[in-house]
Amino acid sequence: MAKLIVDGVEIEVAPEATLLQACEEAGAEVPRFCFHERLSIAGNCRMCLVEVKGGPPKPTASCAMQVKDLRPGPNGEPPVVLTKSPMVKKAREGVMEFLLINHPLDCPICDQGGECDLQDQAMAYGVDSSRFAENKRAVEDKYIGPLVKTIMTRCIHCTRCVRFTTEVAGVTDLGLIGRGEDAEITTYLEQAMSSELQGNVIDLCPVGALTSKPYAYQARPWELSKTESVDVMDAVGSAIRVDARGREVMRIMPRLNEAVNEEWISDKTRFVWDGLKTQRLDRPYVKTGGRLKPASWGEAFQAVKAKVSATSADRIAALGGDLASVEELYALKSLMTALGSPHTDARQDGTRLDPALGRATYLFNPTIEGIEAADAIIIIGSDPRHEAAVLNARIRKRWRMGKLPIFVIGEPLNLTYPYTYLGAGPETLSELAGLHSHALEALNGAERPLVLVGQGAIARPDGLAVLSAAAKLAVEIGAVTDAWNGFAVLHTAASRVGALDVGFVPGPGGRDTAGIVAAAGEGALDVVFLLGADEIDTAALGNAFVVYIGSHGDAGAHRADVILPGAAYTEKSGTYVNTEGRVQMTARATFPPGEAREDWAILRALSDVLGKRLPFDSLSQLRAKLYAEVPHLAAVDEIQPGNPGDVASLAAIGGALDRAPFTSTIKDFYLTNPIARASAVMAECSVLAKGSLEAAAAE
Amino acid sequence: MAVRRLHHEQPPSFAWTAENAAWAEVVIKRYPPGRQASAVIPLLWRAQEQEGWVTKPAIEFIAEQLGMAYIRVLEVATFYTMFLLQPVGKKAHIQVCGTTPCQLRGAEDLIKVCKSRIAAHPFEMSPDGAFSWEEVECLGACVNAPMVQVLKDTYEDLTPDSLNALIDGFASGNPPAPGPQNGRQYSAAEGGETTLTDPSLYDGSVVGKYKVPADAPAEGGDKPA
Repeated sequence: MAKLIVDGVEIEVAPEATLLQACEEAGAEVPRFCFHERLSIAGNCRMCLVEVKGGPPKPTASCAMQVKDLRPGPNGEPPVVLTKSPMVKKAREGVMEFLLINHPLDCPICDQGGECDLQDQAMAYGVDSSRFAENKRAVEDKYIGPLVKTIMTRCIHCTRCVRFTTEVAGVTDLGLIGRGEDAEITTYLEQAMSSELQGNVIDLCPVGALTSKPYAYQARPWELSKTESVDVMDAVGSAIRVDARGREVMRIMPRLNEAVNEEWISDKTRFVWDGLKTQRLDRPYVKTGGRLKPASWGEAFQAVKAKVSATSADRIAALGGDLASVEELYALKSLMTALGSPHTDARQDGTRLDPALGRATYLFNPTIEGIEAADAIIIIGSDPRHEAAVLNARIRKRWRMGKLPIFVIGEPLNLTYPYTYLGAGPETLSELAGLHSHALEALNGAERPLVLVGQGAIARPDGLAVLSAAAKLAVEIGAVTDAWNGFAVLHTAASRVGALDVGFVPGPGGRDTAGIVAAAGEGALDVVFLLGADEIDTAALGNAFVVYIGSHGDAGAHRADVILPGAAYTEKSGTYVNTEGRVQMTARATFPPGEAREDWAILRALSDVLGKRLPFDSLSQLRAKLYAEVPHLAAVDEIQPGNPGDVASLAAIGGALDRAPFTSTIKDFYLTNPIARASAVMAECSVLAKGSLEAAAAE
Repeated sequence: MAVRRLHHEQPPSFAWTAENAAWAEVVIKRYPPGRQASAVIPLLWRAQEQEGWVTKPAIEFIAEQLGMAYIRVLEVATFYTMFLLQPVGKKAHIQVCGTTPCQLRGAEDLIKVCKSRIAAHPFEMSPDGAFSWEEVECLGACVNAPMVQVLKDTYEDLTPDSLNALIDGFASGNPPAPGPQNGRQYSAAEGGETTLTDPSLYDGSVVGKYKVPADAPAEGGDKPA
């Protein structure tokens, strides 16, 4: 530890800490533009200048100088850093004046206004007038994709966006061309950026040069009500903040959660909000004469009651969707149990995960933060870049720290970090000892190896055998010990872990998703409840009476006989369990549109009509029941770790492996759920991504 | 300096000549493994010598050769003004230094010559496509101001007449020898030496004759040695 005195406060910090970090440690505020904790140090904005005694006799960029580079005083006294001296004040004013020379005075029409670092720091550290009488520079705006709007005249060349795309997102899209006054941020020949994390440059940009294109001129930050919530676009459960004005969600921003998403979110998370306003189911519908007609809640419930009471319990089934919260899954499960039907399943993609095998067999046991502790990774049948973009950034972060062998079995995709490709299908798992002994040696030699199993490997007929083989591998390479459980199942649906936790799987003698769809098609099932389940082949449901409970008019609603309009994830308080088993809760930012209601309340009201009244009248009563049955769900923001022994017993199951290659279950990153499919922005991104894929294939 | 962009008309492809390809391999090998990107400047420079200017296909070719992203090579090519991003005169692209010492010594007259003989604006081709010109910042030959640079060669101590002769020389394919164009030897004093002219300094006769007087003060004395 090195000692130094910051503004008269003596502190001890690590010698490799920067002066800026030391100043923050001492409680001194240092303004900055280019410095960012999670990016490399550029030192080009000069806003963080401080005065140093024991260093160079001039203002020093505190972000780029380490404490160990300072000399002690003549009698061995610790070096002194001043952040409030006249020299520092003058230096900051000078830097700010230079920054503002070419920055336009267009704050009144700038979307960054009100949350702009330059605005705030000009107020705090600048002077009130300019001595610059010449013409300001003007820069052409660049096209860098459908998500990020550019007004490049505002750019102050901090290069945060260039460093983010290169370092965190792992795509070398952005660059700084030219130099000096003519320096410009752009992509090569103004191509669209190719990252799933590109929206984060909007947050990183300290000025209004990069702003959100869909949000352009929509609202001002001070008129938005901000609700802290959790994302459900993937199974990562990124922390988000939903900004709403009146009844409208205006934008979605990331929130800091070191354990999950650090401060990044994927583009789907960020830009899906326009899908919350379109294709909404805002009133109940009942199909009469082959057409869906608007109905009242009472009429809709009576239509359901008429059908259900005429049907025996074993001819009724329920499917849980990918965006369903634990509460509504629990309510639906309770209703089905009360009706006496064992046919319930929430595993729409047909994954073979089973809560009966133990919680450790379906969790991302090492945790997302734990990826940084892993020292070897094998990815089996997963495309983490598209299945969990933020989690992939964490793997890339670990890879950038150095010495991380990564092996891939599955599709040879661009994951933004290099890896050793072993093979395409399950046979590669059995060949590890022979053909790929180098990989096995590397994994065996690792102290904390991580076996990442994607849904592409287990959402298939031989999925359980593959899961077992992966568990066997994990056990054999020492990935499952008391101190480190490296068996990691990566989910793609936000509801999946929660559904498995509450046992939303077929009961004794019940049918699974494929079984329910097939049975409905054959006429063996008469009533199917779809709780936001749109990822199945709804056309194959035959003549079954379909009750769709959900928020968007997607595949399920098109096939439905009765539609009961529900709330989207921004409109209800719901529990979601992310892929690592972390229990998180969304909060209501806006109300559901029209007559739509929260899903648990719909199910509660329906149960009353069906004569099987569920034993709760409020969400808190529901939760009390839920917590009594599944206690770990009460610990919000906590992870109840799985039992490593479950992985060992899973490894013992074995089974015959197919030869079909693994393919990711995510066919189109931008269109994985009903909300995203209702979003015009996501549709545009999807077309663009497909175009670049075709261009890449044509080359 | 102005905003630098790729030219709107680009050739369809780029490939090294056999000689340059062999040269490029040698250059790339100078750098340790994983640091091949360090060869980007020499390669761009050689591509410019080969093609006359830095083309988009050349940027992409070199990026692929060195395993770099296109944007990274573009950053380098747009940063350095020595990389010409548009086609220039086939016989000569005359870079006239216009920085203060050259300007004081008559660079503006040289630019007038360029404007009248080549084209009215920088980077405009002469009607026959053989010449173009631009004004550049200091090329570091202030002692021999004013001067111009054509590719790697510098022509110094120019007057409008000698610049005209220079252009004529390039036009006919017989450019004059690089260096001062007024008969001066490199940057030796113009018009002959004015100091250290005593021949005895050079015949060895004063070797060992110099002695510090015994009564001279230790340093900074007022008596000349």
